[in-house]
Amino acid sequence: MIHTNEDTIAAIATAMSDAGIGIIRVSGKKAISCVSKYYINSKKVHDLEEHEAGTIKFGFFIDDDENIIDEVMVSVMKAPHSYTREDVVEVNTHGGSLVMQQVLKLLTSDENVCRLAEPGEFTKRAFLNGRIDLTRAEAVMDIIEAKNEFALKNSEKQLRGSMRDLIHSLREKILYEMAFIESALDDPENYNLDGYPEKLSGNLSRWISKTKKLLGTADEGRLRTSGIVTVIVGKPNSGKSSLLNVLTGEETAIVTDIAGTTRDVIEHDVKISDLLLHVIDTAGIREATDKIEAIGVDRAKKYASDADLILYVIDSTRELDEEDKQIAEIIKDKKVIVLLNKSDLEENIILTKENLTDNIFSAINIDGENTRVIQTSMLNESGINDLKQAIVELFFNGHLVPCEEMYVTNLRHKKLLENALSSLMLVEQSVEDGMSEDFYAIDLMNAYKYLGEILGEEVGEDLVNEIFSKFCMGK
Amino acid sequence: MDKIIESVDVCIIGAGHAGCEAALACARLGLSTMIFTVSADNIAFMPCNPHIGGSSKGHLVREIDALGGEMGKNIDKTFLQSKMLNTSKGPAVHSLRAQADKLQYSLSMKKILENQENLTIKQTEVVEILTSEITDEDKKKLGYEKQVIGVRIETGGIYTCKSAILCTGTYLKARCLCGESITYTGPNGMQPSNKLSKSLLDIGIGLRRFKTGTPARMDGNSIDYSKMEEQFGDTPVVPFSFSTNPEDVQKPQMSCYLTYTNEKTHEIIRANIDRSPIYAGVIEGVGPRYCPSIEDKVVKFPDKIRHQVFIEPEGTFTNEMYVDGMSSSMPEDVQIQMYRSVPGLEHCKIVKNAYAIEYDCLCSGQLSPTLEIRQIRGLFSAGQFNGSSGYEEAAAQGLYAGINCAMQIKNKPYITIDRSEGYIGVLVDDLVTKDNLEPYRMMTSRAEYRLLLRQDNADIRLRKKGYEAGLISEEEYQSLLLKEEQIKEEIDRLKSIRVGAAKNIQEFMIEHGSTPLKTACTLAELICRPELSYDDLAPIDPDRPKLSKAVTDQVEINIRYEGYITRQEAQVSAFKKMEEKKIPADINYDDVSSLRIEARQRLKQFRPVNIGQASRISGVNPADVSVLLVYLDAQKKNN
Repeated sequence: MIHTNEDTIAAIATAMSDAGIGIIRVSGKKAISCVSKYYINSKKVHDLEEHEAGTIKFGFFIDDDENIIDEVMVSVMKAPHSYTREDVVEVNTHGGSLVMQQVLKLLTSDENVCRLAEPGEFTKRAFLNGRIDLTRAEAVMDIIEAKNEFALKNSEKQLRGSMRDLIHSLREKILYEMAFIESALDDPENYNLDGYPEKLSGNLSRWISKTKKLLGTADEGRLRTSGIVTVIVGKPNSGKSSLLNVLTGEETAIVTDIAGTTRDVIEHDVKISDLLLHVIDTAGIREATDKIEAIGVDRAKKYASDADLILYVIDSTRELDEEDKQIAEIIKDKKVIVLLNKSDLEENIILTKENLTDNIFSAINIDGENTRVIQTSMLNESGINDLKQAIVELFFNGHLVPCEEMYVTNLRHKKLLENALSSLMLVEQSVEDGMSEDFYAIDLMNAYKYLGEILGEEVGEDLVNEIFSKFCMGK
Repeated sequence: MDKIIESVDVCIIGAGHAGCEAALACARLGLSTMIFTVSADNIAFMPCNPHIGGSSKGHLVREIDALGGEMGKNIDKTFLQSKMLNTSKGPAVHSLRAQADKLQYSLSMKKILENQENLTIKQTEVVEILTSEITDEDKKKLGYEKQVIGVRIETGGIYTCKSAILCTGTYLKARCLCGESITYTGPNGMQPSNKLSKSLLDIGIGLRRFKTGTPARMDGNSIDYSKMEEQFGDTPVVPFSFSTNPEDVQKPQMSCYLTYTNEKTHEIIRANIDRSPIYAGVIEGVGPRYCPSIEDKVVKFPDKIRHQVFIEPEGTFTNEMYVDGMSSSMPEDVQIQMYRSVPGLEHCKIVKNAYAIEYDCLCSGQLSPTLEIRQIRGLFSAGQFNGSSGYEEAAAQGLYAGINCAMQIKNKPYITIDRSEGYIGVLVDDLVTKDNLEPYRMMTSRAEYRLLLRQDNADIRLRKKGYEAGLISEEEYQSLLLKEEQIKEEIDRLKSIRVGAAKNIQEFMIEHGSTPLKTACTLAELICRPELSYDDLAPIDPDRPKLSKAVTDQVEINIRYEGYITRQEAQVSAFKKMEEKKIPADINYDDVSSLRIEARQRLKQFRPVNIGQASRISGVNPADVSVLLVYLDAQKKNN
């Protein structure tokens, strides 16, 4: 069976958990009749089709044998006044994943009437039916997946359209210049290109820096929405497990626990106030606190390359040895925070920030911009604030600003912005090379198109319309 | 009297620039063809400006020639002055323009028509298009409702035919306006065609009213050229036609003259603006914004202190001069004051007054991309009737409609030219996908891929299509293949020959104001330096083969602009992807339920043949295109 946009679709719209309420959403031409079959009001009448749009009604959800499944509230929205611009019915159940599953199963029991929605299909329909543009559709997806406050706020911004407005205004400016060049080519009597390359050049450098700035937010945006990929390394018994326990303990919160399916690791999303760390934990570490599993050189090698951040835990009461040297060698090009652990054992400390560089630790420049050294005690849970500050310094120039600016977090957007940037730089090159103005158009058009792709807009008649609307054309 | 006078394959209605090309194409492709005109003495008449070509229009003439049309060859025989425009810009916007000897141009074209096998000229007015209902189900599926069977002329006589091509120019229900004076004539006092419009409406064709205008013609003896800048032609002259021997077009040329309007001119216009039929509301037709009358310019751009005026010769047979830039529909007395305020025209004598002309034409959204009216099989149309303006636009459509009409009768595949292949493709696509609320004029800005659509490579782009259609001879085609091979070989050679930092090379570089070489590089890399040309490199390239300028020009352009050309080609392949997604002719847009109402209505109105075209229809937004794509995809899977 081929899925088309003509089908009526249903899905559970709330989280699959035993929460107080759960919603099943149905969208499409048959949405109302489909739900009506399983809905009766308090007088046991199937009257859903008579419900006015925009109302919510109390009743019961029943199965084919008229057994009551649950008490429900049912709301009816009629096309085009709904999220998908189709007829939409939402069934509010008393939560409980079992009840929701049952309701959904009944609604989708006949595929010809209603089928299960594919992931994101409601939003896809909202886009196809012209309710939202591409960036908004993407932002909705992002909100659903948002893991923290930052990601949520950023997605909300995109949904409100700040991304769209920003790119839209840049496109407008590019279009204006294209139109001017075209006018000058078609009507040299009225449009003089003397001094134009200099003028354009000024605009170009502004647009380029704007695009660069937007792109610059991309990495930070990713780190803040998906978390900083973090790997903890260190020799056995240095305190790696304790560190993880502290991070995932009361002070912090585990956001998700996803057992890795392709490799033997567990990934934790760990929040340290408004910072999000995506900690890659080798399976062994968690086995037991007293039974230390060797992470050693092999593990460091395996995971360090993917990491944004290495937390290198060192027992400050023991001398460094050959293994430390090897680990240092592997992680030397990464952002590293060296945790001199066991600071509570004051009298036994032999390693300090000052003497680390000596002899075997020379591979890592501890004064370099990619390295921080802090003292910690997992026993006292001290040094966590220093750790946070060190991360902020390494990744966010020392300031973790609230989500005031718009961040590019979508990979598709990032790629298109990069393309637009290189096109703008090619125009800049053409100006520098003294090419005649008609050559600018090729790369301006590309930049315009790439930016338009972010918004899901296409280049069409608007160029000619712009020429006609703004410029005098003489014969 | 309903008597069948004669039976032919094709009837061409109108013998202007569109009609001539259409008729020649059909006749040359072996069809018995009859061309009807209200005046056999005014074939290929130029009722407005006395030049052929110009920015982007020069491209069209080159493309017409590449496909096997006549316009380029005819102007090469009859020009008075020729110029390559925009040479300070890139090669994409270089454009040829030639001043024509109007009478010679017309006579020469008439002779070609007269001597063309299979072609008959008939002086009469066509008053009706005769059709029959379509019964064939397969044809109905393609959207046809009627089939052309013939035309009726003013005497009542009938000429039966398989196809007809409407090339009625500005003659349908024409009226000319000069201030308060209105005359019901075609251009230059010619007989209009008043009855055909009704017949077209009767068979379900939607018409609208456009207007255009022309400036005064002056007695050259009354003009003081000493107050104007003389404008000379080029030496040497580059011919329009790829088949013309360049030696044949080197000859003495006539000059044009440049002068300007001034505040006084504008004051006269402003003071009398209420007497202009446009501003008085007498004119109903919509005029071209980009080809404005002088009163339009003055009203719309009050800050401009002067406008250019070119004085151009109408021919060797007359003293009449054309006043380019000052078309007008002002009353005669205002015209005299206005023209006489311009330096050099103080004592001018006006032979023919400026006037505006209104006429019926087609709402071109009814056309398919072959220039056939969608619902009437065998009825094609071209030129100003399709809502365009300009001789070149007309000729290009005439040729294109003529070829496709012949292909249909011969049951052969239509020729198609898309937006990435030619200005003709841009022109046709714009006509069939856009509303065009004013007369459509070709402009370079309309062509997205213009670096590839240069006037210098029109033969490489289109000759093969002309050959396949049957309008390009084997000999002409072989010479194109040879040219292409020579270009490729020479580019390869220049990319493979390396020159080192030898003494003679460094001296050569310094001599040409170029930086001496640090390391060895290829000759091709040297051509990329703006200060060095292919010709310049001759002294350090002793093994260079002897090649024509046409070949070495292509070599130089392709090497020098390679990066830009590659990027533009990438744009074209993205474009082609959408063009290749075909929409079945019998699609029922009511079945595509997610379409917005506006989009559905527009798609029904224009019936695009592919997704690319659908996306260019205004009122169809990207989300609608996505809906359509999803629908077509599902249809495909279902089948």
